[in-house]
Amino acid sequence: MNLSIAINTGSATPIYKQITDQVRLAVATRKLAVGDQLPSVRALAEELVVNPNTVARAYTDLAREGLIESRAGRGVFVTRKRKMFTREEGRRRLEPLLEGLIGEAMVMDFTQEELRDAFEKKLSQCQWNFKKGADANHE
Amino acid sequence: MNDQPVIRTQGLTRYFGARPAVYELNLEVPRGGVFALLGRNGSGKTTTIRMLLGLLAPTRGGGTILGYDIRALPPEARARIGYLTEEHQLYGWMSVRECGDFQSRFYPAWNEKIFRGIIGHFGLRPAARVKSLSRGERAGLCLALTLAPEPELLILDDPAIGLDPVARRSLIESMVFLTRRSDRTIFFSSHQLPDVERVADYIAVLDHSVLRACCPLETFRNSVRQVRLRFPGTPPPVPKIPGLLQAVRSEGELRITCVHYNGATEAALRALIPSEMEPAPITLEDAFISYLGDRGEKSFILSETEA
Repeated sequence: MNLSIAINTGSATPIYKQITDQVRLAVATRKLAVGDQLPSVRALAEELVVNPNTVARAYTDLAREGLIESRAGRGVFVTRKRKMFTREEGRRRLEPLLEGLIGEAMVMDFTQEELRDAFEKKLSQCQWNFKKGADANHE
Repeated sequence: MNDQPVIRTQGLTRYFGARPAVYELNLEVPRGGVFALLGRNGSGKTTTIRMLLGLLAPTRGGGTILGYDIRALPPEARARIGYLTEEHQLYGWMSVRECGDFQSRFYPAWNEKIFRGIIGHFGLRPAARVKSLSRGERAGLCLALTLAPEPELLILDDPAIGLDPVARRSLIESMVFLTRRSDRTIFFSSHQLPDVERVADYIAVLDHSVLRACCPLETFRNSVRQVRLRFPGTPPPVPKIPGLLQAVRSEGELRITCVHYNGATEAALRALIPSEMEPAPITLEDAFISYLGDRGEKSFILSETEA
């Protein structure tokens, strides 16, 4: 299993949400693939040293999104991903992330060109699980 | 019977002289899960715990623990309750193993595997003398002595006090381990909000001897909200908002922290006609501090006379 979750106490993000965010990211970056098994609620709670109910809450949210499912007696597995957000909601969530990135880059005195290059380079390096655009279907 | 709260108090009050240390406390601790008792120093946490265990008589009011009247706890009730004090009282001349042997004679249900597991977890040698142990090691030994009888209800009075980060983590790990049995309840007082955030299902907040909140941790987090309002110039004076905890005015910005944020709160803030208004995520610690800190308005704008 390729899942490593880091819990940050004293964050404005509640722990259950830190877990859901990191599982989502692991799926998006292919660290977790469809069919991979996740630790049980109990095992993850003991590994992360958090209340098991917090892990259960995170798993419930992920299951509701259709990202994971619990199979009776066998465990928790990553499922085929259904669409999590509408396009509009996705854009709304992307916005602050982009603003954060650009803001940080400005503070570090990067030019627009440098930032654009770095972004392109990173994008081409990552073997991420992006949905292909309509014009890339022939690939 | 299992739906009965493990702890319930009604109007529990204790005076020391003319000063109430705990005032009209109505507390309910459900069975199963981890319950954290929070509050500043001197807010009445230890007094509450001592009354719950029948170690201190209430001035008035009362309560039950595991269904028994706290004023008359029989030995069979005490046998089901584990209690860890702040002081970690131990006999210095005993070895770690002797402490275990000694304690085990008092408890028919003593589980030696748990005792050895916890002293191992804290890295204690069975032959080590108590007087040679560090504060964190003593805490580990006391925890092992408290947990080995497999208490149904575990009461820990500020267990993290004076522990280094490694010992504190071992303590929290032991608490998580203990939740394996879903019918076990842990009731602990603490100042360590990171620990509380990790393990607590419920919290109660004592403030100057009075209970100010008693709810699931998530409910507390959700009910304390912070909003940032931006203004082209100096922000307007803060109107009367129900549940207002803090208002911080600075140049061009007004930061409002309030409890029970709802539609009416939002309408009251919108009426100030800010140029921008957005929720500001808040940490558990910030929520706690604004809840217990000085209420009202703070301003970082110097008035003309001061400037």
